[in-house]
Amino acid sequence: MPDLSTTFAGGIRCPNPFWLASAPPTNCGEQVMRAFDAGWGGAVWKTIGEPITNVSSRYSSVDWNGQRMMGLNNIELISDRPIETNLREIAEVKKCYPKHAVIASLMVESTRDAWHDIVQRSEDAGADGLELNFGCPHGMSERGMGSAVGQVPEYTEMITGWVKEKARTPVLVKLTPNITDIRQIARAAKRAGADGLSAINTINSITGIDLDTLEPRPNVDGLSSHGGYCGPAVKPIALNMVHQLQNDEASRLPISGIGGIGTWRDAAEFILLGCGTVQVCTAVMHYGYRVIEDMTDGLQNWMREKGFARIEDFRGLSAPKVTDWNHLNLNFKIVARIHEEKCIGCELCYIACWDGAHQCIHLDHAHSTPPAIEAASRARISVTPIPRLDRGVQAEAPLARVPRVDEDECVGCNLCALVCPVESCITMERVENHLPRETWEDLVNGTPHS
Amino acid sequence: MGAAVPFAFQDNAEVARRFPDLHPAFDSNEALTEANRCLNCFDAPCAAACPTHIDVPRFIKKIGTQNLMGSALTILDANILGASCSRVCPVDVLCEGACVMLRYNKQPIAIGRLQRHAMDHFWERGAHLPKKSSRRRSQKIVCIGAGPASLACAAELAQQGFSVTVIERHALPGGLNTYGVAEYKLRPPDSLREVAMIAELGVEFRFGVSIEHQSDLAALESEYDAIFVGVGLGAMHELHIPGAHHNVNVAVYVVDALEFIARYKTSGNLTVGNNVVVVGAGNTAIDAAVAARRLGAAHVTIVYRRTESGMPAFGFEYEHAKQEGVVFEWLAEPVAIHADPASGRIVSLECARGGSNFHLSCDMLIPAIGQAPLRSLLERSRGPKYYTGGDCANGGREVVDAVADGKRAGVAIAKSFEAADA
Ligand SMILES: Cc1cc2nc3c(=O)[nH]c(=O)nc-3n(C[C@H](O)[C@H](O)[C@H](O)COP(=O)(O)O)c2cc1C
Ligand code: SF4
Ligand code: SF4
Ligand code: SF4
Repeated sequence: MPDLSTTFAGGIRCPNPFWLASAPPTNCGEQVMRAFDAGWGGAVWKTIGEPITNVSSRYSSVDWNGQRMMGLNNIELISDRPIETNLREIAEVKKCYPKHAVIASLMVESTRDAWHDIVQRSEDAGADGLELNFGCPHGMSERGMGSAVGQVPEYTEMITGWVKEKARTPVLVKLTPNITDIRQIARAAKRAGADGLSAINTINSITGIDLDTLEPRPNVDGLSSHGGYCGPAVKPIALNMVHQLQNDEASRLPISGIGGIGTWRDAAEFILLGCGTVQVCTAVMHYGYRVIEDMTDGLQNWMREKGFARIEDFRGLSAPKVTDWNHLNLNFKIVARIHEEKCIGCELCYIACWDGAHQCIHLDHAHSTPPAIEAASRARISVTPIPRLDRGVQAEAPLARVPRVDEDECVGCNLCALVCPVESCITMERVENHLPRETWEDLVNGTPHS
Repeated sequence: MGAAVPFAFQDNAEVARRFPDLHPAFDSNEALTEANRCLNCFDAPCAAACPTHIDVPRFIKKIGTQNLMGSALTILDANILGASCSRVCPVDVLCEGACVMLRYNKQPIAIGRLQRHAMDHFWERGAHLPKKSSRRRSQKIVCIGAGPASLACAAELAQQGFSVTVIERHALPGGLNTYGVAEYKLRPPDSLREVAMIAELGVEFRFGVSIEHQSDLAALESEYDAIFVGVGLGAMHELHIPGAHHNVNVAVYVVDALEFIARYKTSGNLTVGNNVVVVGAGNTAIDAAVAARRLGAAHVTIVYRRTESGMPAFGFEYEHAKQEGVVFEWLAEPVAIHADPASGRIVSLECARGGSNFHLSCDMLIPAIGQAPLRSLLERSRGPKYYTGGDCANGGREVVDAVADGKRAGVAIAKSFEAADA
């Protein structure tokens, strides 16, 4: 059985790399204990600070194609419970679950004393590490906290420095994606001595507007505010930012990956790009703590199949495979191939290639345009087949609708394979052109490979 | 503009109770989920299979974006009777039968029910059929018969600005949509509501007018610039066996299928026997047999001279009849009807199978052995003013085929006047 236990950022031990992100699922001790019982490896406590007042409502979501909550948006602030209560419950949890990771997420007023004080108290309560919330995009930033800090490298460096003066446990800085270059902030955190990064926090968003009332969501007495976007929709953005951080020497620190993780597969991808742990919020808010069961089970089964004994065995393996565009082989050629026996004749590949790619999928030998094809169908007279009147009349052969790729013209963009609804019906096949590997960089430098 | 015609019809609660919708309406969520399943095929085979070429993926995607009004108008643009077609079309052999999902081991998209969803919304909103042109055209056109073909022709012409009159020998418009479609598919009030919308376009309706003689046609020719003949098929064939003739004593108990269906649907007469025998195995025979069961017959038997594989009814209709408890006697040829001499009531149907005869208990006999074409009228309606479509021209297909014919005729008639009006 592969071993999921891991040690993160120079000293945070946990039975598995799956942590609950700082959010409603880690609001109180009773919840965190139930989560640990369900199998979670760690929990980042709902951000602790001077208690705030929340509004109702607080969330809104983007549903997609019948699926609920492809993206979740919130306008909630940090914990609304007193600091003492949170710290007392952290102590209780740590007493009952000494092997699990409990991280205190912190956000206080931007003074050295305030930070020193909260660091001391959190560590006294038994927290295994600290996560500095410099990422919250709404509500707190207007008060000079959260992303107001995380968008300014100097503030990040200063406050991280104050924390490091006091802290005995590892310090993680949680990064906001609401910035042009996330590495600017990571570098500042690293300069100040941070032990790790948590990325990413939520993305500024407005999820939608009610077209009856013309009021945006979530609706608070007729008004709304921009919120933080998370859930499956943000995963690709998070993966890219994680990679940016891993790929930059001045930013490189242990990363706890966050953003749209809902399954073990998502988690494996973050780890393959270099993350040491992952954090989950939306998936738990949607389905409950029980989602952890398949996360650990699935990850272990996959590791066993791949021959990985522990997390470190595959961590970061895919990171070198993401490179700059000018290092890609310009002589690598693939073309689309349609597998007739699987094709159901929807012709989505045809219209996608004509309107969105390179006009090289055809339905006939005349290379008719889409309008000509549609006009011919409209002009055809169809009747209901009546057994009494139409004995022996043959229906159109299904093959008549199978499109054909002109491989000489195909640029190998993948679009048709992406839109085809049938699995492995269109495959992208390598064309051997006997040309050497050659990149844009080679062309610019005039040094082709042999 | 002719006033909207209030086609008076008394709904029958007993009929409504016995004939609930075969395919109940979708609620909004179901419709949305189903609409989102549609792949939005290019040059979609479902649309190609529809005789009226409704742009199926277009109207379905509009349901997906909750643009139900746009969806209904997309349907109506191709098929003015989109509401009744959504309920009566044999979708298994039309759009849904062509759906690519079937090749994917998946259920085809429920196109008919989605179409109904959009059309129900159109009605609930009290919307009106759109005109296609604000131009007033000088020509007058008459449509003979108020069935689907004539209605489609009339609507197309009225939408383009022509004066249109529809003449009908029955008291109500709609043809088989009103009188002949199984009640659990389409009820007369729904058919009439659809016709009322066409009347609102300015189409004038005249009821109780029969066109039989050369002189009737001559009168129309002198009054109108074009004549559309959409009279459907003629009377049902009679059973020519001893005892089958509709003499006074057996008139109530030997009734052809169309008459039987029209009777329960529109006259409030729900009479049915206890042992009903239907002769023939077409779709009309099935409708009559199922109706007999729903109206309370204990035993309903369909007698057919060939085997199962030769039956003209659609496969899904056959399955439905079996589910309703209809029993089938294959390779059976009716040879005589026997009545009780004292009361005059029929008691059994004698059938031949192979070399021997057998008797089926029977207190009501429903022949459903097809309709004769109206040859004489069609032969007389020759000349440049005449157009035709629907069952009388195509030999008897579906409502949707009649709509397609009628619309094509309407378009052709309008075109023929283009030069005159230019
Ligand atoms: C294949 C592809 C190529 C694009 N190329 C350009 C481009 O050349 N210039 C540009 O300003 N944006 C380009 N974009 C970005 C789009 O204009 C747009 O900002 C982006 O796709 C987000 O919109 P969407 O969510 O509707 O796709 C491209 C997008 C795609 C998918
Ligand atoms: S890969 Fe791109 S260019 Fe080639 S056939 Fe597919 S859509 Fe067209
Ligand atoms: S998208 Fe796939 S299934 Fe559809 S026509 Fe193209 S190859 Fe066939
Ligand atoms: S064939 Fe089926 S999936 Fe394709 S457009 Fe028609 S209904 Fe939708």
